[in-house]
Amino acid sequence: MAIQVNSIRSQFPILHQEVNGNPLIYFDNAATTQKPKVVLDAIQNYYEVDNSNIHRGAHTLADRATRQFEETRESLREFIGARESAEIIFTRGTTESINLVAKTFGSKFIQKGDEIIISTLEHHSNIVPWQMLCEQNGATLRVIPITDAGELIWDEFEKLLSPKTKLVSVVHASNALGTINPVKRIIDAAHSVGAKVLLDGAQSTSHLDVDVRALDCDFLAFSAHKLYGPTGLGVLYGKRELLEAIPPFLGGGEMIREVTFEKTTYNTIPFKFEAGTPSIAEVIAFKPALDFITSTGKQIIHHHEQDLLQYAVDLLKDVKGVIPVGTASEKVAVFSFNIQSMHPFDVGQLLDAKGIAVRTGHHCTQPLMRRLGLEGTVRASFAAYNTRSEVEVFAQAVTKIANLKNK
Amino acid sequence: MSTIAAIQNEIVAEFEILGDDRESTIFYIMELGGNLEPYPEDLRKDEYIIQGCQSKVWLVAEEKEGKVHYRADSNTDITKGLISLLIRVLNHRSPKEILEADLDFIPRIGMGSILGSQRSNGLASMMNQMKRYALAFQTKQNA
Repeated sequence: MAIQVNSIRSQFPILHQEVNGNPLIYFDNAATTQKPKVVLDAIQNYYEVDNSNIHRGAHTLADRATRQFEETRESLREFIGARESAEIIFTRGTTESINLVAKTFGSKFIQKGDEIIISTLEHHSNIVPWQMLCEQNGATLRVIPITDAGELIWDEFEKLLSPKTKLVSVVHASNALGTINPVKRIIDAAHSVGAKVLLDGAQSTSHLDVDVRALDCDFLAFSAHKLYGPTGLGVLYGKRELLEAIPPFLGGGEMIREVTFEKTTYNTIPFKFEAGTPSIAEVIAFKPALDFITSTGKQIIHHHEQDLLQYAVDLLKDVKGVIPVGTASEKVAVFSFNIQSMHPFDVGQLLDAKGIAVRTGHHCTQPLMRRLGLEGTVRASFAAYNTRSEVEVFAQAVTKIANLKNK
Repeated sequence: MSTIAAIQNEIVAEFEILGDDRESTIFYIMELGGNLEPYPEDLRKDEYIIQGCQSKVWLVAEEKEGKVHYRADSNTDITKGLISLLIRVLNHRSPKEILEADLDFIPRIGMGSILGSQRSNGLASMMNQMKRYALAFQTKQNA
């Protein structure tokens, strides 16, 4: 079934505006996606009708809010194929989810002499928490190298794996290049040496069907705002036995069973990890975002985005001076490139003058950029509501810029 | 030599010809970068990089017969263009003139809104650094 882009676009109010005298072309979806009207309405409706604190109030509003809050957890369970909704923990974002694992799983199960494996493709949020942990406990961080195309070198990964490996924390799909990593193979290999696996799913969950049980991953971290949902909300999936075995992250209300000044006992999962009042409106408004994806069809969205990516690649492949960055065989809809003799900032500024929003710079992946010998790239990333004609306008604008210095 | 105010008016008039088309304004700024005197490779050191700029900007200054002589470079063409304008306005003037200069041409040529807040902060850092050099030379002259 083909995607009904016009009908999808009509659900996103923000898309219908001019920027610098041109119709907005929003190609910065890997940074954050726009929100459908149903999400905006849910936020509004929550504050207008149901606003109250959850889980403890003995009144009708509290009950309504709690029910809707927990419905999102159940939707997420279904969305990623978890066994039970207790394995879904709400955080502030992918970054906090990863930090939670580093602070809790890391402090309990990773000691001096142990090793953590990440990859060259990682976002800073999947590098820095592990560096902080290693500094604290004397563990060692190992990094899987990549090819020039931006793919992990499997043999090198296998060489890094050993009984010392306690955790492999890798990105499922690279935010800077789009590379989709062979995560099922990575998980199986890691498990064979007894290591656990955390997947950074910030980019994959919005483009691919991610099933935690089929993958058998131990942790999955992602953000609502890249899935057409609200900002400031993230998810951490963890297997029950692991979540039960690790200590709490933050201390405070909601996460306790009983507090005395002598000793506190902790609540069961997921509440053990959800200290304080959560982002209630955001959680509630995340459900219609997930429903939007599911009702549009993950496969249909994926197919559409791949078509846009391929179209962009085709339109620009023979343009002198346009250098694609990241040419892995399996990619999500991220088109990263540079223009010969031009800085990505300048290219981004010229595209903005045409109403085209892209990301420029190192994309929070400085070690990756260093490996590729680049200061940064220009990144166009596509979503369900983008169109082929937008890709054409983009390709024309890029061609004009490339011709400036590459005649 | 024209006053700083007169040169700024000149620049504003040149940009007015371009109208309010953003793309032409940016193209023109990028071209202006080509007017910069070549930056000496031995001065391309981290200690001359201006902090607070998103793109890399190297800036050095020396004093010749009581006037300040700036040389600068950047890794992005838009920034190079902006630097060339700043240098056109401030170069070969006394520290006093530079310190008293009211630099208002950037918003007047429409670059303020094009640059956005982050790059505008970078530009402010660049102007501050140029004034800091002037202050250092003035202090030396008065000593």
